[in-house]
Amino acid sequence: MSIVTNTKEFLDETGAIAKFTGRFFTTGIMPRYETKELLNQCYIIGYKSLPLIGLTAFIMGLVLTMQLRPSLVDYGVESQLPVMVGLAIVREIGPVISALIFAGKIGSSIGAELGSMKVSEQIDAMEVSGINPYKYLVATRVFAATLMLPILVILGDTISLFGAYIGVNIKSVTSFELFFLQVFKSLSYSDILPAVVKTIFFGFAVGIVGCYKGFNSSKGTQGVGISANSAVVLSSVLIFIIDLLAVQITEVLGLN
Amino acid sequence: MKMETTEKKVNKVENDKKDPVIVIKNLKKSFGEKVVLTDFNLSIKQGTNVVILGKSGSGKSVLIKCIIGLLKPDSGSISVFGDDITQMSYDELNESRNRVGFLFQSNAIYDSMTIRENLEFPLRRHWVDITEEEIDRLVAEGLESVGLASTIDMMPSELSGGMLKRIALARTMILRPEIILYDEPTTGLDPITSREIEDLILSLQKKNNASSIIISHDMNCVKHVSDVVVLLLEGKCYTESTYAEMAVSTDENIKQFFL
Ligand SMILES: Nc1ncnc2c1ncn2[C@@H]1O[C@H](COP(=O)(O)OP(=O)(O)O)[C@@H](O)[C@H]1O
Ligand SMILES: [Mg+2]
Repeated sequence: MSIVTNTKEFLDETGAIAKFTGRFFTTGIMPRYETKELLNQCYIIGYKSLPLIGLTAFIMGLVLTMQLRPSLVDYGVESQLPVMVGLAIVREIGPVISALIFAGKIGSSIGAELGSMKVSEQIDAMEVSGINPYKYLVATRVFAATLMLPILVILGDTISLFGAYIGVNIKSVTSFELFFLQVFKSLSYSDILPAVVKTIFFGFAVGIVGCYKGFNSSKGTQGVGISANSAVVLSSVLIFIIDLLAVQITEVLGLN
Repeated sequence: MKMETTEKKVNKVENDKKDPVIVIKNLKKSFGEKVVLTDFNLSIKQGTNVVILGKSGSGKSVLIKCIIGLLKPDSGSISVFGDDITQMSYDELNESRNRVGFLFQSNAIYDSMTIRENLEFPLRRHWVDITEEEIDRLVAEGLESVGLASTIDMMPSELSGGMLKRIALARTMILRPEIILYDEPTTGLDPITSREIEDLILSLQKKNNASSIIISHDMNCVKHVSDVVVLLLEGKCYTESTYAEMAVSTDENIKQFFL
């Protein structure tokens, strides 16, 4: 019984999100553009997330290197440490960890902000004032998230590699040039490009889910909290699902 | 007291000659299984203040949200200045909203913007050709009219509930609407502030010669501002009369509001 209702709810929700996403491609990308609000959102969503993503990326690079070293030492390939770490960071760990941090920070704040605007009738007020709230609130945030996450991930990866460089130098000595030479020699476009492309989808998912949850917030402070919370949960799950699809697609395309 | 009623009667006679600004016919609206408006009919003449009475959850907000086009009715027609808004395209609807103001129950002040930006927002959107000087003048004038000129550069979080209500009123009035829809303008305010808001509603109304629908269950407010009182019951317009007539009614459904 409850499985039936749960399945129905799940399908209803999936349909509603698909419809909400569809509106992005019909109304969201059409002129007139809310350029000022878009730039404002890029600042909030992108620039203000940089310290957090930078910090986590740095620690991750450092810790990953320290954790990998013993295994590589066992196999006698310690010299390959920069290559291993570089590949792991650029191909998988950098994009996914940064996207998850992004989902936690941005997904929840979009969900809560739009949720409280919804319950205090601010979204209705916009509509009455001749503004399309989907364009003004949703399209700008989704665009900003889609544009900013790839940039954040590229910066985050770079910072991670610095962390890794320090990690390598804790127990042995490698010059800065040699470390980065080794890393970049081992990386090809087929490592970098799919990783960047998937972050575009990660960003889009975080933006859409946050906005959807906010727009459909139920009344009361509890409703707003639930919106913020479920935005993070759903966008985190979606990040993994997109990641799974991305690896299949690159496999098929022979980019691995 | 007597003077007031005769004055209102004269108004009423005059108003009978005018064309109605809003005509609602056979309006139906439900949400899923829940039927809110079953068959609502009402016509409002220019310059009158119509108060809608009804219990909480009876569909008063749904009704006025249908009038402004925030909700789409299931069937029936709503004509505003002679045009049926249920048949309008998005752009036409926006055009007609130029002439209709809406005061939200929760004020709906944009909390990420300053008071100035809140008032500028509808101006910039609806009157695209407006100059910066004109905007500044109208914003200052609007705040002046609700006695809050000094709050212009403050954030909404710095103001009290009553002040926010007045800001919301100024923002609603800034486009000089000819019809104003008020959703419970005095609910949750203390009696003195309520009275101030009612006086503001009346004076701003007079200045623009507007018509209005006011949702309220505050009987002091009803007595003070209404020309016509409509009781919304079970999704229909149960009665339409005046405060004075309703106050002496023996109908149980009406009497419960006067306790
Ligand atoms: N967007 C909506 N979705 C579903 N139900 C709604 C919606 N808006 C209002 N309702 C329902 O319609 C009924 C009337 O609501 P409302 O008009 O807000 O009442 P009130 O007369 O107190 O203003 C309520 O039972 C409410 O639950
Ligand atoms: Mg209401």
